[in-house]
Amino acid sequence: MASVFRQRPLFTLAFAVLLTLVACAVFAPWIAPGDVNAQNLLYRLKPPGWVDPKGVIHLAGTDQLGRDILGRLIHGSRLSLAVGILSVLVGGTFGLLLGLVSGFYGGRVDAFIMRFTDMQLAFPFMLLALALVTILGPSVQNVVLVLAATSWIQYAKVVRGDVLQLRGREFIEAARVLGIPDRRIILRHILPNVFSSFLVVASFQVAALIIAESSLSFLGLGVPAEIPTWGSMLADGRDYVRDAWWMSVFPGIAIMLAALSFNLLGDGLRDVMDPTLRTSRRTTSARRTTPFGMSRPGNRQPDGIAPARGHETNTPSPQPQR
Amino acid sequence: MMMMSDMATPEEMAAMRTALGIDKPLPIQFGIYILQVATGDLGLSYRSQTPALGLVVQHLGATFQLALAALVLTLIIAVPLGVLAAIRKGTWVDNALSGFALIGQSIPVFWLGIMLILVVSVQFRLLPTSGSGSWRHIVLPAVTLAAAQIALVARIMRSSMLEVLRQDYMRTAKAKGLSETSVILRHGMRNAFAPVVTVLGLQVGTLLGGAIITETVFAWPGAGSLIVNSIGARDYPVVQAMILVSALVFVVANLIVDIIYVILDPRVSLN
Repeated sequence: MASVFRQRPLFTLAFAVLLTLVACAVFAPWIAPGDVNAQNLLYRLKPPGWVDPKGVIHLAGTDQLGRDILGRLIHGSRLSLAVGILSVLVGGTFGLLLGLVSGFYGGRVDAFIMRFTDMQLAFPFMLLALALVTILGPSVQNVVLVLAATSWIQYAKVVRGDVLQLRGREFIEAARVLGIPDRRIILRHILPNVFSSFLVVASFQVAALIIAESSLSFLGLGVPAEIPTWGSMLADGRDYVRDAWWMSVFPGIAIMLAALSFNLLGDGLRDVMDPTLRTSRRTTSARRTTPFGMSRPGNRQPDGIAPARGHETNTPSPQPQR
Repeated sequence: MMMMSDMATPEEMAAMRTALGIDKPLPIQFGIYILQVATGDLGLSYRSQTPALGLVVQHLGATFQLALAALVLTLIIAVPLGVLAAIRKGTWVDNALSGFALIGQSIPVFWLGIMLILVVSVQFRLLPTSGSGSWRHIVLPAVTLAAAQIALVARIMRSSMLEVLRQDYMRTAKAKGLSETSVILRHGMRNAFAPVVTVLGLQVGTLLGGAIITETVFAWPGAGSLIVNSIGARDYPVVQAMILVSALVFVVANLIVDIIYVILDPRVSLN
C-alpha cells in the first residue's frame, strides 16, 4: 500500500485532504466551539482576517448576520460529507443488488430493470431530485433518500455490465456444475469480482452527490435552513457578491476541494485496482512494467475453484452527473 | 389549503377542493390527470390561473436560447481541444485537458457562475450580473452552463479521435499525399464525431438540470427559474408540466441524435 501512495502524489494528496475534511467534520464542535448560528449584527460582513474586539480572528470573515464563516464551513462539512457518503451507501447498495440480479438472471428480470433505468434516465437528474424534495419536504433524511433514488442507476448499469461478462466465465460455470446455490454464487463468486468497479463508481458518486446536495441547498430545497451547509452559504453569498466576495469564495472552495478529492480518489482507485484500464495519460511504458505493491482484488475465488484467467473489470470513466 | 386565507369557511374550503379535483380518491384523480394529459391539458397554474403547459412552453424559449448558446460554445471549444489533445497525445496540451476535465467535474455549476459574476461583472464591470435582454446578458450564463460540458465533450472527442487515428483509412489518406490538416479535418473529425453526438444527446438532461441552477444564479427568465419558483410556491401543475415536457425534450433530442447519425455516417440505417 505504501508504494501506491509513493507513486501517486495526487492520489495521496486527495487522500490527505479527505482525511482532514473527515477530521474537521468529526471534531467540528471542538475545532469551532460555540454556536455557529449565533448572530451579531455589529460584526456583519467583515473581511477575512478581521479581529473582533474580543481578540478573536475571523480567518474567513463574517457573513451578513455577523456569523464566522470558517466556523460555519467546518460545521457545514459534517452535513455535506454525511449526506454524500450516506446517499452513496443507500443508492449504491440498492443499485448493486439490482445490477447483480439483473446481470445474473437476465431475461425478463433484466429487461424490466433496464427499461426502468431507461425511463428514469429520461428525467433530468436535478429535476427529479427537485420534484422529489418538493413532495417529501426538506429534511436531511429526505435529501439522502432523494439523492440515493436518483443515483442508483449508475451502479446498477455498471455492475450489470460486469456481471454479464462474468456470467459466461468458466469459474462461474464450474460453480454452477458443482451445484452451488445461486445466492452463494452471486455473493461469493460474482460480488468480489464486481466490487472494484463498484467502489470506483461509488467514489465518483460521492463527489457528484456532494455537489448535488449543495445545489439543492443553494436552491433552498435541501436541508432545513438552521443547519449550516456549504450550498446554503453560497446562496447567501450570491446576494452579497458585490460587497463581500469572501462569502461566496470560501464555501465554493470547500465544495470543490471535497469533490475534487473524491474524484481523484476514484481515479486512483481505478488505476490501482485495474492496471489494465489505466487512463492513457498515465500509461507510460515505464509505469506499465512497474508492479503495484498491492494484489488485484479482481480474482478472489473462494470455494476452491481455480480462476481461469485474469479478470478485466469493466471500470467506467467518471461521468459528471448534475 | 395554503391557497386560502385563514378566514375561509368550511363551505369555501369544500368548493376549493371540488374546483381542484382533490375531493376524489387518488386513483380517480390520477386517471383524470392521465386523460387530461392525453388531450394536452396539464391543468391550470395555481398561482396565475393560466394553463400550466402554456406557461412552461412560454419560458422554454429562453431556456432553449441559453442551452443553444451553451451548446455552440461547447462545440467550438471542446471539439478542437479534443482533436488537439489526441494529435498531441502525451504533451502538455493533453495533460492540461485531463486536469481541466477533472476540475470541471468538481466545480459546482452555481459557484462557477458566482465567480464569473464576481470577476467579470463586479471587478471588471464588463458584463451585466444578471437579467436578460441583450446579447451581453447571455454570455455569462452560457459560459457557466457550457463549462461542465466542455470538459466532458473534449474528453470524448479525444478518445474517439485517438481511435480514428489508428484506422487504416487515415494511413491511406496520408499516403496519398493529403496534407495533415486535410486528413484530420475531412477524414478524422467526421468519423470521430459520432460518439460526441451520442454524448450530447444524453447530456440534454444534464443541460436542462444545469439550466435550472444557472438560471437561478443569473436570474435568467427561463423554464429553470419557473420550476424553482413554482416549487417554492407549491404550484404543482406547473412542476408536473415541466417534468413531463423535459422528459419529452430529452426523448426528442435523442431522436434527433439518431437522425444526425445517419447524416454523419451513411452506413447507419434508421431501420
